Amino acid sequence: MSRGVAMTSQPASKRGRISWFLLFPTLAILAVVIGWPLINLILLSFQEFGRAQIFGAPPEFVGLGNYQKILGDEAFWRVMQRSVIFAAVNVVATMTLGTLVAILMQHMVKPMRYVVQAGLLVAWAMPQLTAVIVWGWMFNTQYGVLNYLITEITGVDFIGHSWLSNPLSFFAVATVIITWQSVPFVALTIYAGLTQIPKEMVEAALLDGASGWQRFWQLTAPLLRPIFTIVTILQIIWDLRVFTQIYALQGLGGLREETSTLGVYIYLTSLGSGEFGMGGAIAVIMVVVMAVISVYYVRRTLKDMDS
Amino acid sequence: MATRFKRLKLVLGILAGLVIFVMSVFPVYWMLNTAFTPNGYTRRSEPLLYPALFTWENFQTVLFDEEQTPFWPALMNSLSVTLITVVFALLFAFLSALALARFKFMGRKTMIVVLLFIQMIPGEAMIVSLYRQLDSWQLLNSVIGLSLVYVATVLPFTIWMLRGFVVGVPEELEEAAMIDGCTRMQAFRKVTFPLLAPGLVATGVFGFIQAWNEFLLALVVNSRPEAMTLPVWLRTYQQVTNETDWAAIMAGSTLMTLPVLIFFIIVQSRMTSGLVAGAVKG
Repeated sequence: MSRGVAMTSQPASKRGRISWFLLFPTLAILAVVIGWPLINLILLSFQEFGRAQIFGAPPEFVGLGNYQKILGDEAFWRVMQRSVIFAAVNVVATMTLGTLVAILMQHMVKPMRYVVQAGLLVAWAMPQLTAVIVWGWMFNTQYGVLNYLITEITGVDFIGHSWLSNPLSFFAVATVIITWQSVPFVALTIYAGLTQIPKEMVEAALLDGASGWQRFWQLTAPLLRPIFTIVTILQIIWDLRVFTQIYALQGLGGLREETSTLGVYIYLTSLGSGEFGMGGAIAVIMVVVMAVISVYYVRRTLKDMDS
Repeated sequence: MATRFKRLKLVLGILAGLVIFVMSVFPVYWMLNTAFTPNGYTRRSEPLLYPALFTWENFQTVLFDEEQTPFWPALMNSLSVTLITVVFALLFAFLSALALARFKFMGRKTMIVVLLFIQMIPGEAMIVSLYRQLDSWQLLNSVIGLSLVYVATVLPFTIWMLRGFVVGVPEELEEAAMIDGCTRMQAFRKVTFPLLAPGLVATGVFGFIQAWNEFLLALVVNSRPEAMTLPVWLRTYQQVTNETDWAAIMAGSTLMTLPVLIFFIIVQSRMTSGLVAGAVKG
């Protein structure tokens, strides 16, 4: 322990008091803006709270009523299934492309690598909402540059092709947008990891005659496993709670009922139809799912902090 | 043979690099291209692939056309909310980071676990109760209400980021200054604080980007036209002028994107290392 002289000369109780004093503003604001609303959310999820209650009728406790209604609702399960599949596709696409880009970067000459890094940063930095709107313009039915380019290159007439009206094609567009913005983080992080692999190990593997494929699966992959795991968990969390991209794309075209994911569904149930109690119950389910997924991330981060 | 293989590898690397680069920046290029093209020319079967008819008129439309959703109030709201968020988040996060990095005390670990979990709570889940909460305090559609929410949502990560920087400044430096006759406060002010400045800048920029870009909570909490921030304004603008003025929509997108792009590129590496702190070091 390299605690300072001044530090160790203070009794533990005083250090504790100073610490909590320093933490006080943070604790106060988190308690008020996160803690209290979270308690309210849980209470809300056990209440009948609809339009009547907004206009002053007292809310009524219905026990597990809201949860029963939701878990028995086919629409909820469709949304859930859609969200999970959508997140899975996006996570796999992002991780695969990100890893591929990272490996390619490693094999590039330096100036080219800087060019690629700059490009990735630009894509990453774009605000989510502007990204959706710009892509929406590029996918525009009549005047979109993509329909124009496809028509020019393949010769098949795509002008007037609507990308957002079919749910499957809607999600393909959403996947392109999300992957485009997520690959930079994954690629740069994995690239940073790749540069940490000792050169001697790679050379030894080369001497042993390992092919590129073997080197990746037997050397790189195991060494980078912690990075892969953390990045994958973060991607799962981010893709499962996607809101902005789906909501804004729906505004550009696309059917709400057939394209809503969990986040949008909570928004529509609560603020759209005024079913606050139901929306609250779905929100609680979402928080629990996120917390479970986060457990590994939190444990891993704590372990790294102590070492 | 070996040199030929090397040359092939070089060429393939450059090709792959160019493909990745073009795919990454094309949407941004297309946004700028449309923003600087006269609106009439954006709605033709053959688009102009570069701004051959360069014009500022779309920016004029966005900034000064009073008939559409006005831009300036949204800009002012965004600037106010962002500034308040950055100042308070930095201040509170700095105090907390000091406590978590420099003191070992009962409940420290619990505090860190709580912060990490709060960071993972999706905003979507909180909209209902946050809406009701702010409503009961009469803070809906106000700069203060939204700023309050943003300070709370960025705090966990800013504390985490700053903690990393504080840990990076060895306490021995402060002690050396104290041996030379400084008081603890002086040592902190003259030695530790200057060393933390880059960390504070990076963390501040992170808060800026979050508050500037945030869409969902702003949409729920500040939905009135006079209370909108830029992202909500941009979407409203797009909804109103859709199919008629894509050039102006792209000009608006450009105005919203540029500040973020510049700041982001400055602090990118410091932010990433915060997210995957331990993982990269192994």
